[in-house]
Amino acid sequence: MKKPLYFFLPVLILIAWEITATFINNAFILPRLESILAVLLNPTATTYMMGTGSLIDNAKASIIRILLGFLLAAVIAIPLGIGMGRSEFVHEFFDSTIQILRPIPPLAWVPLTLAWFKIGITSIVFIIFIGAFFPILLNTIDGVRGIKKTWAEVAMNLGAHERQLMGKVILPGAAPTIWTGLRVGFGVAWMCVIAAEWLPGTTQGLGYLILYAYNFGQINVVVAGMVAIGLIGIGFDVLFKWVEKRWFGWRSLER
Amino acid sequence: MKNIANLSLRDVSKTFTSEKGEKIESLSSISLDIENEEFICLLGPSGCGKTTLLRIIAGLDRPSTGSINLDGYGIDRPNPQIVMIFQEYSLYPWRTVVANIGFGLELRKVPAQERHLIIKKYIEIVGLEGFENSYPYELSGGMRQRVAVARAIAVNPSILLMDEPFGALDAQTRNLLQQELLKIWEKTKKTIVFVTHSVDEAVYLADRIVVFTPRPGRICEVISEDSPRPRDRTSIEFAKVRRHVLDLINQPKCSLP
Repeated sequence: MKKPLYFFLPVLILIAWEITATFINNAFILPRLESILAVLLNPTATTYMMGTGSLIDNAKASIIRILLGFLLAAVIAIPLGIGMGRSEFVHEFFDSTIQILRPIPPLAWVPLTLAWFKIGITSIVFIIFIGAFFPILLNTIDGVRGIKKTWAEVAMNLGAHERQLMGKVILPGAAPTIWTGLRVGFGVAWMCVIAAEWLPGTTQGLGYLILYAYNFGQINVVVAGMVAIGLIGIGFDVLFKWVEKRWFGWRSLER
Repeated sequence: MKNIANLSLRDVSKTFTSEKGEKIESLSSISLDIENEEFICLLGPSGCGKTTLLRIIAGLDRPSTGSINLDGYGIDRPNPQIVMIFQEYSLYPWRTVVANIGFGLELRKVPAQERHLIIKKYIEIVGLEGFENSYPYELSGGMRQRVAVARAIAVNPSILLMDEPFGALDAQTRNLLQQELLKIWEKTKKTIVFVTHSVDEAVYLADRIVVFTPRPGRICEVISEDSPRPRDRTSIEFAKVRRHVLDLINQPKCSLP
């Protein structure tokens, strides 16, 4: 390892945790590491899960929900953002509404969402949609506006029609910024899914699991669930960054 | 494809409306006939509207009055026979050299196999062998402009419009690219309309130098220069022509709007 200091603090925290846990000796407040690891290292076991399926099952439920809400947000926000970035008219038409809705935290939508969609997957997906929508939209608008005028003019001069201009200049030129929007949007959506799973009527998902486990006093499951949430979040972020480097590296290298 | 080009500008004027609502006349009544295979330099101070004129010929801007004809047909939109090369930042940073050069061919739906042959030919013409798969950010300013030139001539236009294409380069690179441009011009027989504010560049390159006044740009003089190429920048004849042009642009009729 080139940076030994990088993992120093996490190890220190683990040691401190274990010492304190042993000292307190109360698994309802601070469970021992081994009881947490027992949950994490058996992700397919249903032993600790109080009938919610395995850890993997719960993670899967959360990931499916987030993908639904996230993809829905992307499918609507990207075309709208391109329209707003390209046309002053479209921008003028939508901008006021977006500026009013944007500062409302996704979780503030929960009561209204329940009134509209009742309990169930629709409500959860809608909350995730709200969380992912605005970062994707705003970055798409930025990306399209950041297209150099010359790029479009070269294409028009060489005879590009509107569809070619869109497919060969606007989209690839804006793609790195749109991708950043997707990454940030996914991060927000991941936070939303956990909280959205606290809505009544949910029976599975990592968010549901940790609250449910708390009610049963299973703090080791709570912490294991939190670690799983963190790890999955990091996993997706790494994936997004890898694609960014692989496909959109030109943006940071361009002088 | 035969290169029959006869570009004629008749009374072309352009008036902009500024953000404050003022009318600004940028070009005033330009009339000019450009012959087939001619190398024309438009010479004038910054802001005299020579770039605007080039954009109008390229079909990117519309003239306020007047008309532009190519072989008798009016031009009011980009024409496949007329391709513009910009000063800088015109390459697509997400495309390799090859993909940049092939861009216009791709737009015109040239089949991939034929496209590769054409690209290969122009890579050689502009001397970029070995850089086929490089990205623009890996290239020097001079090499980028070679790519821009190759991309423009790859679609085989009859007229090339060049907007200070070497203006952002260092003097040595600029001289080298000027020499190579002349070679390409002799080889490919294009008509070239070249915008510059450098007297030296104009005298080195042009068959005819069209001198503009400051804004609103008018043509104050057209100088024919028929000395053989390659021209020697250090020769006495070259210095004489240069002197003549410089004297001219300092006269009131060229230096005042």
